[in-house]
Amino acid sequence: MTDAIRIRIVADQIEQLFQSLIKRDYAIFGPTVRDGAIIYDRIEDTSDLPRGVTDRQEAGKYSLASRPDQALFGYAIGPHSWKKYFHPARVKLFGASTDNGVFRILQEPTPPRQPTALLGVRACELAAIAIQDKVLLDGPYADEIYRDRRKEAFLIAMQCTESADTCFCSSMGTGPAVPVVAADITLTEIADNGNHWFLAEAGTPRGGEVLLELEHQPAGEADCLQVSTAVAAAGLQQKRRLDTTGLREALQDSFDHPHWDEVAKRCLDCANCTMVCPTCFCTDIEDVSDVSGDHAERWRRWDSCFTTSFSYIHGGSVRSSPKARYRQWITHKLSSWVDQFGTSGCVGCGRCITWCPAGIDITEEAQAIRGTVNHGNT
Amino acid sequence: MVPSPWVVRQVSKETPDTFTLVLDPPGGARAKFTPGQFSMLWVGGVGELPISISGDPARPESLTYTVRSVGPATQSLVSRQAGQTVGVRGPYGIGWPIEAATGRDIIVAAGGIGLAPLRPVIYHVLANRADYGRLTILYGARNPRDILFRKELAVWAKQPDTQLLSTVDYGGVAWRGHVGVVTTLFKRLRLQPAKTTAMICGPEIMMRIVARDLIARGVSGEDVYLSMERNMKCAVGLCGHCQWGPHFVCKDGPVFPFSRIASLLDRHEL
Amino acid sequence: MEIHSLEQIIAEHPFFLDLDPAYASLLVGCASNVRFEPGRYIFREGEEANHFYLIRQGRVAVEISPPHRRPIVVDTLIEGEILGWSWLVPPYQWRFQARAMEGAHAIALDGKCLRAKCEANKELGYELLKRFSQVVGGRLDATRMQLLDLYAAH
Repeated sequence: MTDAIRIRIVADQIEQLFQSLIKRDYAIFGPTVRDGAIIYDRIEDTSDLPRGVTDRQEAGKYSLASRPDQALFGYAIGPHSWKKYFHPARVKLFGASTDNGVFRILQEPTPPRQPTALLGVRACELAAIAIQDKVLLDGPYADEIYRDRRKEAFLIAMQCTESADTCFCSSMGTGPAVPVVAADITLTEIADNGNHWFLAEAGTPRGGEVLLELEHQPAGEADCLQVSTAVAAAGLQQKRRLDTTGLREALQDSFDHPHWDEVAKRCLDCANCTMVCPTCFCTDIEDVSDVSGDHAERWRRWDSCFTTSFSYIHGGSVRSSPKARYRQWITHKLSSWVDQFGTSGCVGCGRCITWCPAGIDITEEAQAIRGTVNHGNT
Repeated sequence: MVPSPWVVRQVSKETPDTFTLVLDPPGGARAKFTPGQFSMLWVGGVGELPISISGDPARPESLTYTVRSVGPATQSLVSRQAGQTVGVRGPYGIGWPIEAATGRDIIVAAGGIGLAPLRPVIYHVLANRADYGRLTILYGARNPRDILFRKELAVWAKQPDTQLLSTVDYGGVAWRGHVGVVTTLFKRLRLQPAKTTAMICGPEIMMRIVARDLIARGVSGEDVYLSMERNMKCAVGLCGHCQWGPHFVCKDGPVFPFSRIASLLDRHEL
Repeated sequence: MEIHSLEQIIAEHPFFLDLDPAYASLLVGCASNVRFEPGRYIFREGEEANHFYLIRQGRVAVEISPPHRRPIVVDTLIEGEILGWSWLVPPYQWRFQARAMEGAHAIALDGKCLRAKCEANKELGYELLKRFSQVVGGRLDATRMQLLDLYAAH
C-alpha cells in the first residue's frame, strides 16, 4: 500500500484537472447553471462551472443566488442526480423486424461509449450510487445497461462545506464527509477571502495518477484540519434530521396509520420525488411499432410508483388511491428497502423535499408515523 | 432483456376464452423449467406478459403456456399461428416446492386459470408416483364450460392414490358434478395434516381462504404454498413493479409459503 | 351391506361427531331411514319444512326454478353432509328445492318431533344449534364467495 496522496491545489490551477481528464479521453459531466438551476451536464472547462452561485432550498422551493466569493462548487445539490448517466431516463432495449409473423432482433452496433468522469459528486450522491450498485448489480440478474455505464466511470467527489436547508445526510450517516476510498478523487473547496484553494485526495491509483499531474503543493496538517472543520460544520448546520432507529419496524407496523390520509390530502401524485431521488430505480417498458407492425422497438424509461398504472394487474390497479401510493414510496424507501438490500433507500439529499410542489417533507412524515405508531392497528 | 424467437408449434382452444400455446425453442435448444415458473412472452409492438408454464417438466423439447385471453396483449398472443414466433424470456421465478414435498401427501388446489401453473406439478407427481404420498386435486371453475384440461382431469382422477374433487360456482341442470365454491370441497377431504404439502393457485381471495381452511385443519403454514400475481415488467427484480411489501414477486416468488406472506395477504392496496 | 342400527348411523355421521350418546338415543326417536330415486324431488320450495336429512350416500342438488328457465343449482351435497335447516327457524318453510342427482340414502329427522324435544331439553337444543350454526355459517361463507364471482373476466 502506498502513502495516501493528499495535495493542495490553488483554485486557478483546477483547470488542469479538466485537461488531465480530457487527455485520458473522459467526457466530463458536472454542475452548470441552466434555466435557473444548477444541473449536471457535459462541461468542458471551469468556465462552465457555477462560479459564485449558490442555491437556496426549502420545502417546495429552490432558487439561485450570488455568493460573496468565487466558489466553483458553492451550492448543495440541484434537481439532477448522477443516476441519469448510469440508469438513463429512456433507453432503447432492442429493435426487431417481423416478416410473416416471424421476428428477428436487429443487430444494431452500439457506438463505442466514451468513458465518463463525473465532477462534483457529493457524499450523499456517492452513497446513492453505492445503493444503486446494490440494487442494479448485486442481485441474481445484473442490469447490463447500468453496469456498462457504471463500470468505467471516473468519480470526482466534492465534500460539502455548507448544507442546504433541506439537507439531512448527517443523520443518515451518508455525509457531508466523503469516505476516502469512495471516489477516485475527493476534493474540498475552500474559498476564503482571497485564498481560494482545493484539498485533493486520491481514493484510487488512477485518481492518484491524475492528481500528481496537476500543479500542487503538499497539503499540510493545518490544511487538512481546516477542511475537516469546514466539512464538520456543514454537518452541524443541518436543521433537518431523520431518526432511523426503529424506523423500518415502525413503518412496517403502520400500514393502517391515520396519518397516511393526511399526507394523501397534500400529495399531488406528481411523481417529482421519485424523479429527483438519486436511488429510485423503477422502470417501465414501452412498446412501439410502425403502422405495419413490421418494425417494433422496446424502450425502457423511468417509472414512478406514484402512477396508477404502476401496480396494474388484470382487473385494476393494486394501489388505486394516492394514499396507498405515497405509503408505498416512503415505506419502500425507508423500510422494505432495508429488507431487500440491507440498507435504507434514503441518503438524506433532501431533493424530494425541495422539489415537492406541495412541500411534503420525508423527515416530517416519517417522524409523524414513527412518533405515533399504533401497534394494535396493523 | 432481449427475448429469443420461439416458434409456435400449436395453439389449441381449452375453453371459450383460454388457449394453450406450445412453443419450440430456437435451434432445438432444451427448455428446462421448474413447475411454477413463468416466462415473459412478447409479441412485437403489442407487449410482453408474464405467463406460467403449464406443460410437462419431463418434456423439455418445448414449453407450454395456457393463456386466458382478456385483453389486447393476451388476444394477440393466442392469435399466433403455427410457424410464427413469440418472444420468450425466462423461465423465471421460484416455483412449487416439489423437492421439499418428496414423501408427503400433496394437495393441489386450483381456481379457474390457476390450474395451469399447477399442471406441471400434477405431471411431475404422477410421473414420480413412488416419491409422493396421496395426491388430491381440488379444482373450482366458474361454470362447466370454463373447466380447463377436462380430459386430463378425468384421467388424473383414475390414477392410483389420487383423488380429484372438482366443482363449479354456477352449474346447470345438465351438470352432473358438484356445485359450490372450491372451499366447499374441503368437507370431502381426507387429510393427514402433518404430512401434507398444499400448493394453491387461483384468485387471491380464493387462495387466502383455501390456505386458512387448510391451516385450520392442522396443515402448517410452512407447508401451504401460494402463487402470487403482481404487475411485472422485467421479471428479474430490477423494474420495481411487482413489489409486495419487502418481496419482489418475480424473483422472491411467484410461489411463497403462506407463513412468509400471511401478514401481507389481507393488506388492501399494499 | 352391513346392517347398522339407526342410532349407530346417527352417532357415526360426521354431523354428530362426538355427540353425547344420551342425545343420540333421544334423536333416534325422531329418525327414519329414507331412499330417493335419481331425479326425485326430496322437497320443493314453499312446502312446509318438517325434516332435515343426514346424507349417507348419493348426491343431492339444492336448486331454485325461475319461471321460464331450467332450475339453477346453487349447491350440491353429498355423503356426510346435512340437507335442510328450514325446519329449525320459523316459518318452517323450504326456501329451495332439493333433488336427488343420484340415488340417495339418508336419515330423515322429523323437525316437529325434534323441536319438541329441544324445547323440553334445552341442552340438546343448544347442542343441535351449535352444529347447525356451523352448517349455516359455512353455507353463508360459500354463498358470499360465490357472489364474488372470483373467476369472472371483469
